[in-house]
Amino acid sequence: MADTEAKMVPFVERMPRPPLVEKNRSMASVTDLIAGGVERKTPLWWWIAISITGSFAAFGVFCIFYLLFTGVGVWGNNIPVGWAWDITNFVFWIGIGHAGTLISAILLLTRQRWRTAVNRSSEAMTLFAVICAAIFPGVHVGRFWMSWFLAPVPVPNWIWPNFRSALMWDVFAVSTYFTVSVLFWFLGLVPDLATMRDRARSRFAKFCYGVLALGWRGGNRHWRHYEMAYLILAGISTPLVLSVHSTVSFDFATSILPAWHTTIFPPYFVAGAIFGGFAMVLTLLIPARALYKLHDIITWNHIDVMCKIILVTGSIVGYAYIMEFFVAYYGGNPFERFAFLNRYFGPYWWASWTMFTCNVLMPQLFWVRAFRRNIWTVYFVSMCANAGMWFERFVIFVIALHRDFLPSAWRMYYPTWVDVFTFIGSHGIFITLFLLFIRFLPMVAISEVKSVLPEADPHHRPHPPSIGSGESMEEARA
Amino acid sequence: MSAAAVRKNAFGAVAEFGSAGELYHAAEKVRDAGYRFWDVHSPFPIHGMNKAMGLKKSPLGYIIFCGGSLGCLTAVLLEFIPSSFLNPLIVHGKPVNFFTVPPFVPIMFELTVLFSAFTAFFGVFVLNRLPRLHHPLFDHEPFLRFSTDGFFLVIESVDPKFSDTETREFLEGIGGKAVAVLYEND
Repeated sequence: MADTEAKMVPFVERMPRPPLVEKNRSMASVTDLIAGGVERKTPLWWWIAISITGSFAAFGVFCIFYLLFTGVGVWGNNIPVGWAWDITNFVFWIGIGHAGTLISAILLLTRQRWRTAVNRSSEAMTLFAVICAAIFPGVHVGRFWMSWFLAPVPVPNWIWPNFRSALMWDVFAVSTYFTVSVLFWFLGLVPDLATMRDRARSRFAKFCYGVLALGWRGGNRHWRHYEMAYLILAGISTPLVLSVHSTVSFDFATSILPAWHTTIFPPYFVAGAIFGGFAMVLTLLIPARALYKLHDIITWNHIDVMCKIILVTGSIVGYAYIMEFFVAYYGGNPFERFAFLNRYFGPYWWASWTMFTCNVLMPQLFWVRAFRRNIWTVYFVSMCANAGMWFERFVIFVIALHRDFLPSAWRMYYPTWVDVFTFIGSHGIFITLFLLFIRFLPMVAISEVKSVLPEADPHHRPHPPSIGSGESMEEARA
Repeated sequence: MSAAAVRKNAFGAVAEFGSAGELYHAAEKVRDAGYRFWDVHSPFPIHGMNKAMGLKKSPLGYIIFCGGSLGCLTAVLLEFIPSSFLNPLIVHGKPVNFFTVPPFVPIMFELTVLFSAFTAFFGVFVLNRLPRLHHPLFDHEPFLRFSTDGFFLVIESVDPKFSDTETREFLEGIGGKAVAVLYEND
């Protein structure tokens, strides 16, 4: 008897998946938790944090102005190392953005519903990372006020950009990436801005959120178009996110420099970008989750899944490192072979081994479940990955440039204080923007989290949520 | 509502439902009753609601396809006109003609994506007649919970079947709670 009853119950109900939102929270309590964090008085930690990051950002901006008024010579770039920390930082930041778009686009298409807890903040991270990235090539052109030459506009001197240049592709790829990310992010934000508007107590807040919410009233006739747009934006962002870092890698892969001139670059760059991006997502979300008490929404299951992605992409990156080395040996090109020996055993050996340790060896800890579920190991590996991915770009760009074909052209590269502080300043800008974001906007997509609650399914058999429901809710409604 | 208020133009009748499931079944009944100018409001898109309301798939996809095609065409013209006619630039000794297409492809791809994204974003708001600064529903205080955990069904007075009394009774009959008829300029 019991056996037949068990057969009548669908498999999914006998073996339920772990809930995406823990403690069986109701919709109202999800809203209260996320929106309430924005509405409460500005906490002291926020002021302390933003004054520190804001100071770094301000000094970074000072360094940028110092460069613009003095010249690119204030950096340590030389000949042959004409691209150094600037391109390293550019690719580092662009890569970080990729996790946000992966979460918002690819995981939407593959119906990974856990993405709802982290997509908003990682998309915001994408935008801020791309802003930081854009600084470096922008100021490296030297005559910053001439950077509009990159745009294909008719000018009297009849100069047009070379559309067949990888650098020109990059201009289009990065600007498209930024614009599409902004649109995608803002579209997702509109229903939540409506939530903020409807909850706002002060007139000023109601006005600001009201203007931004564009009069959203959640009708299904609206959701119908909205969902279609969201799906298609995800669909077009998927090839976009894969193409952006591929295009960035073309800047190098289409050249003839040993260690740059390889076909493995596009997939290798994309895997590395996702690896570094997820590390940065964890770096930002683990503190934000604790400060905003979002443990029920960004659960251990979420962190566990992201750790697994770091493990997979870190291993792909490791495969690429080893395969590059093998191809250099097997290809028989003496310049290529030298470039790779020089990478691991030359004057910058420490950078390469830091890269290899941080990106390939440390993530292997995540094979063990206990390490994926310990806040300190997760944070440690994420920080390793952040550092490792910066070193990866340094290794690829600076080490390849400093010793190319002719020994007479070889030269070491040393950064100056302007290099160092512009880089630190970009971190200041990044974290300052992120702090402003979590202060004024809901850092979790409220409407999307609600849509993955069990009771959001119209065919769900109801059982009362244990938090924020029952008597108190009925009283609140009465 | 007071007697004086009834004389004003009604905007529509609004009813609240307890859950996504209740709203779903109510929508099926409203659809079957033959109403045309009505909508359901929920904090998130409810799966299958288009079917329950008898709505077709959004046409936005076709519009975005046109936008994307326009983007691709823009890129083709933007690249080939300057490179072939205005300022033929010989790079790597390669000619600039139709047969050297591959290096022009990345920008075609990017502009296709860019134009599609703009069409998608603005398409949603044009099709939804948004942004608008105000709407009669926002005068109905309980409705503001639509963005938290309220599920509402609204039948507008422009519907030919609408009537102050019958529609209210109909909404109460299908399980709507706190049914109210809203009046413009209330």
